[in-house]
Amino acid sequence: MATNIAILRRPLDPTGAWAWITTVDHKKIGVLYGLSAFAFFILGGVEALVMRLQLAQADLNVVSAATFNQMFTMHGTTMIFMVVMPAGAAFFNFLVPLQIGARDVAFPRLNALSYWLFLFGSILMNFSFFTGSAPDMGWFAYAPLTGSTFSASSSVDYWILGLQVMGVGTLAAGFNFVITIINMRAPGMTLMRMPIFTWMTLIVSFLIIFAFPVITVAITLLLFDRMFGTNFYDITAGADPLLWQHLFWVFGHPEVYILILPSMGIVSDILPTFSRKPLFGYVTIVLAGAVIAFLGFGVWAHHMFTVGMGRWATSAFAVATMAIAVPTGVKVFNWLATMYGGSIQFKTPMLFALGFISLFMLGGLSGVMHAVVPVDLQHQDTYFVVAHFHYVLFGGSIFGLTAATYYWFPKITGRMMSESIGKVHFAIMFVGFNLTFFPMHFLGVLGMPRRIYTYAPDMGWSGTNMAVTIGAFVIAASIAVFLYNMVRSARVGQPAGANPWGAATLEWSMESPPHHYNFAVVPTVRSQHPLWDEEANAVEPPPLPYVDESSIHMPSPSYWPLLLALGVTLVAGSLLVWQAHAIAGLTMGAASGALALISVYRWVFEPPVAAEVAEGAAAHH
Amino acid sequence: MQYIVRSPEAEHATSTGLNNRKLLMWAFLGSDAMFFGPLIATHLIYRTESIQGPIENVFNIPVTTISTFVLLMSSLAMVLALAGIQQGKMGMFRFWTAMTALLGMVFIGFQMFEFTEFAHKYGLTPRTNLFGSTFLTLTGFHGAHVTVGVIWLWSLLFASFRGKVKQENSLDVEIAGLYWHFVDIVWIVIFGVIYLVGAYGVEERVLNGAHALAGLGG
Repeated sequence: MATNIAILRRPLDPTGAWAWITTVDHKKIGVLYGLSAFAFFILGGVEALVMRLQLAQADLNVVSAATFNQMFTMHGTTMIFMVVMPAGAAFFNFLVPLQIGARDVAFPRLNALSYWLFLFGSILMNFSFFTGSAPDMGWFAYAPLTGSTFSASSSVDYWILGLQVMGVGTLAAGFNFVITIINMRAPGMTLMRMPIFTWMTLIVSFLIIFAFPVITVAITLLLFDRMFGTNFYDITAGADPLLWQHLFWVFGHPEVYILILPSMGIVSDILPTFSRKPLFGYVTIVLAGAVIAFLGFGVWAHHMFTVGMGRWATSAFAVATMAIAVPTGVKVFNWLATMYGGSIQFKTPMLFALGFISLFMLGGLSGVMHAVVPVDLQHQDTYFVVAHFHYVLFGGSIFGLTAATYYWFPKITGRMMSESIGKVHFAIMFVGFNLTFFPMHFLGVLGMPRRIYTYAPDMGWSGTNMAVTIGAFVIAASIAVFLYNMVRSARVGQPAGANPWGAATLEWSMESPPHHYNFAVVPTVRSQHPLWDEEANAVEPPPLPYVDESSIHMPSPSYWPLLLALGVTLVAGSLLVWQAHAIAGLTMGAASGALALISVYRWVFEPPVAAEVAEGAAAHH
Repeated sequence: MQYIVRSPEAEHATSTGLNNRKLLMWAFLGSDAMFFGPLIATHLIYRTESIQGPIENVFNIPVTTISTFVLLMSSLAMVLALAGIQQGKMGMFRFWTAMTALLGMVFIGFQMFEFTEFAHKYGLTPRTNLFGSTFLTLTGFHGAHVTVGVIWLWSLLFASFRGKVKQENSLDVEIAGLYWHFVDIVWIVIFGVIYLVGAYGVEERVLNGAHALAGLGG
């Protein structure tokens, strides 16, 4: 467009910082998600270590009670929304188009917008540390305690607005992957030939687009209460003290499956590769995932057994909770049967996958215990619950995502990660994990409540707490080994080649790392295990027809997703400014709103492929 | 037998034959339904919980019936606008697109009148009571959806004068239409469940003073 000022000319140079900042390539966006998630993983881990130092012995004074509250709130919020979800998104982004034979996601610029909204929303929320008002009310922010009567500082506002910005990005990503998987599959890639990781991505994306609107409503109403004086959570106006809990957990329980299903998909792809056997019960695994997602919307009130919902509601949710254990068990048995009789190779990804199965199963067992209401009444708000959800979220999600990192690192970088360092990493992390979280079961049964910042020496918890704290530092050491292994392997790792593990699925059919256009020629797929079938039948892949790279039109980079995300985040920030200074807030809101609006219009009227590129290619033909 | 056949013909078709952007709009509408759901549910849960008035006795059903009719007619206009562009009749498309947007603006006008009257005649604002909070937030978000639709429609109309909306890309209009009809349907639910059900028997509830409603009717 002629009105383009020079600085906003589309950056078509494929390398350099601007190529990353304005990228719409799903692989680069995946890497950005992964690096950001790892940075937040370290931040959330430091928050955990601060808590563990404070709790190592009775009556310690490492941090104040107020700081401790900020630590557990931001630890939970960070690990869920800024680590596990974006780490999952990193693999969705990098892998799904490769696994289904597409050149990119359905909406490449929307994909970039998702990433920037996630990053800016996370930064907005963490910015509260610099203003001294970090969120301190627990990651589920129970209203009415988070209303302005009881939480007067702006900490809750930071939490709401940061989450709101991230939520918009997450929703956009959910739409993108639903459409990509439904509509962008290569010919012959029927739904029932898709790798399980892609299946779980599809299911998670559906969960996102149906669950996130509910948290959007819940936090919007809370924001209105706090900023505009509405009465949604105001008990003195007759509000129901349980409204927030219901809205939050209607979102919150599907969120649990948003966090774990990607890792279930990862493990379902890794086990067959290292057992040299097809996945046992492919169809059951797919259906079990779908059933988990469906039932996941009907079990939310098991987070609320102690609030007094009455016998009928409590019983119904208890039964539904027991029911959801069934498809989960089905998956575990399928994984075991996949390995049964296979020739198992204990490579690092396989070790983490096995770690996932064993630890997730322990977490699942302590989880289903809570479906038994009298047991839940004893465990509610004790360290037993902390142990339970760390077994599923760390032992489950994080072990799965770590397995994925070792498994797909060669595809992403073209280099193998070190096996020997990887095994050391696994050993330290597995020991550290269990040393940290297993004793928490005992602490919970002994009555230690969650979220207390210290305890008296005569409670009998001191020795166990010390063990937990030592375990936490062992985990930290294992993460240092992990980081070292990644940095080292990215520089000097063995070249990987196309298919270093001898895997079966489509992403291993291309060179590592893949070309920016993924597939020179879009493949037609005729099997669930195309690479194994080619190998077994000694089919030589046919020579690729010569393809002129410049004739493949990939979407051009764009500034508008970045600027739109910036505008939206600044609009959210302007509400915080508005509370302190009305005129400044309104000015900032108007300016950033204008930025967002201009970005939307320029985005809409910007061709996906830059005119220069399209013309160049046309001249070439 | 080859398990991965690489052929150039296989490009450019979607797996379902449906357009990506159209599917995106359907997915968005499914998600948006989950946005209005909790808002409507919250209103219904709080229907009898306000500890002071005013409540549904402020509704002016005849006036809202007219505004509902206006919004329904805008859907008809939207259908005609889409038919126009699909047949390449740009005049028809432009007339009915403008008509859709104008009817939408009339609806917004009714809503502004309604909100103003509630505030001035009955003293009902979002801060007054639970009814005010839930009703005005729900209908306010619906009004915001209509406003976005109106802006979208005017944008399409202006883009058509710049040659950017033509018969070939009638899909752009179809997608805007999907959104417009959805927002309409949400209003039908709101009018039925919030206005008609809410107004039914409200005098009795007020007279019985079930919740010691004070200051009713301003």
